[in-house]
Amino acid sequence: MSENTTLSLRRYFRRNFWEWIATVIILFGVVMLMQPFLLVLYTYSFVVILTGTVLFIIVSHFPE
Amino acid sequence: MSRPSILQKIASSAAVATPAPVARQVRGLSDRAIAWLFVTPTILLLLAINIFPLIWTIQLSFTNYKANRAARGEKFIGLRNYERVLGDADIWISLQTTAHFLIWTMLLQVLLGFGLAWLLNKQFKGHSFWTTLILLPMMLSPAVVGNFWRFLYQPQIGLFNYIIAFFTGADPSSFQMLGDVNLAPWSIVIVDTWMWTPYIMLICLAGLRSIPDYIYEAAEVDRASKWRQFWSITVPMVLPFLMLAVLFRAIENFKMFDLVVELTNGGPGSVTELASINLKREAFEKWRTGYSSAFAIILFVTVFGVANIYVKALNAVKQR
Repeated sequence: MSENTTLSLRRYFRRNFWEWIATVIILFGVVMLMQPFLLVLYTYSFVVILTGTVLFIIVSHFPE
Repeated sequence: MSRPSILQKIASSAAVATPAPVARQVRGLSDRAIAWLFVTPTILLLLAINIFPLIWTIQLSFTNYKANRAARGEKFIGLRNYERVLGDADIWISLQTTAHFLIWTMLLQVLLGFGLAWLLNKQFKGHSFWTTLILLPMMLSPAVVGNFWRFLYQPQIGLFNYIIAFFTGADPSSFQMLGDVNLAPWSIVIVDTWMWTPYIMLICLAGLRSIPDYIYEAAEVDRASKWRQFWSITVPMVLPFLMLAVLFRAIENFKMFDLVVELTNGGPGSVTELASINLKREAFEKWRTGYSSAFAIILFVTVFGVANIYVKALNAVKQR
């Protein structure tokens, strides 16, 4: 892999950016889980939280 | 006697006390092997009491297992338990009750805890006595607290009702904190706040006492107002402590069980039935073990996800 490709990949897989995305997904899932308005949001909350949590675990191994 | 000589003395007395066969065996081991020798029992204990039950619960959540009919065996039913839990309106309502409890207890405990810590940090006469007195509720067992608050909330003889009546002029027996569907959710919030505000206060007090005086002196020299000092020095330096306290309390309150069972047992009706009480009912009253395992895993993943965010936020605050 050329140095340029490695650099562009490093730029794309930055930990901070992806951690923020995972954080927003988890928080959104928690709000969906506990909100009193729509049962359908509650139904899909676990999938959202799980996705966010798995994403968080993966991206926390990305370079700074 | 100097410090190294004391350590040498302890080491030599320990060496003398070690039986010769053990000493011979240990002498042949590398440092790494000795480290593993010490760590292994803890790892085994953790595997036995934490990891194994977790894996077993995950496995049970995909089955129709009932613990009261263990002889019937279990059948793999895929994600059906998760589908049922996530479509169950009763569980949804219990999670809303948990959210109400969590939000209000955290808000009140942070405000009161920080306020008390702020006051106790002023070195007034008798502040040690007041600190000890305020810490007392935290040291009591939740079962004891639940029991005596039931007496305090008693409409005929309860002190709480009389205090409220004194300030509002209402008849003390005209309202029931634990029996009224509108008041019962607030009654558990009050008791938890009473019990755990000292914990937040203690951690905030540690944070406040860790701020060196010279920072405030420098701010005084720069003519910073008290208000500015509070927001630019006190709050940022106490924030890591406060966040840690909130993390611990939020996770504990998300799992809250004993105090609420003792106070209301989820009633009247199910207005104080928190997620953990609902989970216990599903697991040990209705004996739907597979179903309740799926519910437990959902709660676990939620707490785990939020704890991850919190640790990230805590690190960010510490680095600032």
